[in-house]
Amino acid sequence: MRTENQKAWFFVLPVLLLVAFNALVPIMTVVNYSVQETFGNNVFFWQGLDWFEQILRSDRFQAALGRQFLFTFLILIIEVPLGIAIALSMPRQGFWVPVCLVTMALPMLIPWNVVGAMWNIFTLPEIGLLGYLMNNTLGIPYDMTQNPFAAWVTIITMDVWHWTSLVVLLSYAGLVSIPDAYYQAAKIDGASPWKVFRYIQLPKMKTVLTIAILLRFMDSFNIYTEPFVLTGGGPGNSTTLLSIDLVKIALGQFDLGPAAAMSLIYFAITLLVSWLFYTLMTKDDVK
Amino acid sequence: MRKRSLVPILYIAFLMLPIYWLVAMSFKTTGEILSGFSLFPQTFTLENYRVIFTDPTWYWGYINSILYVSLNTVISVCVALPAAYAFSRYRFLGDKQLFFWLLTNRMAPAAVFALPFFQLYSSVGLFDTHLAVALAHCLFNIPLAVWILEGFMGGVPKELDETAYVDGYSFPRFFVTIFLPTIKAGVGVAAFFCFMFSWVELLLAKTLTAVEAKPIAATMTKTASSAGYELGLLAAAGTLTIIPGAIVIYFVRNYIAKGFALGRV
Repeated sequence: MRTENQKAWFFVLPVLLLVAFNALVPIMTVVNYSVQETFGNNVFFWQGLDWFEQILRSDRFQAALGRQFLFTFLILIIEVPLGIAIALSMPRQGFWVPVCLVTMALPMLIPWNVVGAMWNIFTLPEIGLLGYLMNNTLGIPYDMTQNPFAAWVTIITMDVWHWTSLVVLLSYAGLVSIPDAYYQAAKIDGASPWKVFRYIQLPKMKTVLTIAILLRFMDSFNIYTEPFVLTGGGPGNSTTLLSIDLVKIALGQFDLGPAAAMSLIYFAITLLVSWLFYTLMTKDDVK
Repeated sequence: MRKRSLVPILYIAFLMLPIYWLVAMSFKTTGEILSGFSLFPQTFTLENYRVIFTDPTWYWGYINSILYVSLNTVISVCVALPAAYAFSRYRFLGDKQLFFWLLTNRMAPAAVFALPFFQLYSSVGLFDTHLAVALAHCLFNIPLAVWILEGFMGGVPKELDETAYVDGYSFPRFFVTIFLPTIKAGVGVAAFFCFMFSWVELLLAKTLTAVEAKPIAATMTKTASSAGYELGLLAAAGTLTIIPGAIVIYFVRNYIAKGFALGRV
């Protein structure tokens, strides 16, 4: 049991100050913009909640939000099972373990704009490896700058390439922590591989999977750099995810008020969904 | 081994393909890249790498990135250690709320914060310094470090602390000489993740710098737009950005596998 001790606040204080400096001041700036209108020259007018209403009602925002949910949903539904499957089939010991871990972690350590750029080059129809193979060797017309479906397949594939390893690493960490005695007991009982997975491996992976799913949700919901560099939100608006649209409004059109209101709505949605995940997945933990 | 090892092999092949393409391009001349498709470099050249290692705007990009990333990793882990200890050992007023609030900062889209961050760091006179980027990245790295470390510390029995106090250890001496070595795997994992997320982040790093502390990724985007499309050079620069990460992951590879299993949410 943890003991009650209010002096623990002193331990938390440095973290609190640093994060608050980074979080509170900017978020207050955003709140400030979100309720005002400006015509430049630092002159502001009180606008109330008009921006929020305008954003929530706009088709553009709803479309971007829809695309964002679709993207995150597809990412989770592909990466989580795939990551678990790969972790299950990895060797548990020996020379190949570090080789697997290091090569698998590699994509995660590449700066995000480089990831976008390398996938862009990789998929170019005439000079990219994937684009060339698809068009000229397999004869499948593939050009993500023209075809929205191809663009979606490309950004999903890119994200699977980029982040599945996170799920693999975390699941693998959960798997190697299971003592051999569990497997021996299962063998004596004649448990099928599925039963071993369902009643031994999955429960042992639960905590690390919670971390993995939460991180994948937050990061895929906030994704900006990679799809922006890869497709620029196109063709048309077909891959304009929420943050790409936000940056277009804020920096492209310099509409600070609507952009700020949109930021807050965006943040609130992320917060709400993360909180739901967090409570659902930790509800039967014994504290 | 058997059929089973086919899955990781296929997966790794899938991971390596785009990386291979990037590395192969870095050894081609831009002319060869644009002239058509070739699986291997026809005229193998190191010219792209020579440009990067001799031009200060290029290699300073790498030095800047490594400086602020290291600074951020040190700051994040150092302040997260006592906080994680407090969360794992004590109950105090508002602890649960504080913990969740910390996590919420990982959820804030960087795109939301770009402009306010620019204004904030300009007004405190830190704009275009390594410290500014290092501090800004604390926003998402400190919560993560606290989260990971708390998990590891929770796995250490409380009796360890009590025994040390009975033996007459003061708190700081206990923390440094006994507790830290016990959770060094956790410190390794936390440092790795801080390094990783700071190294790959670009939006804030680019917003907060102009010349003096400009990260390598920003140098790349500027070159891409100003000097035409120097594909070979960009591929070489991209290849070089993979190396620091590869070195770091190599050092923590054993911790990652064993370590995370101790963590809890």
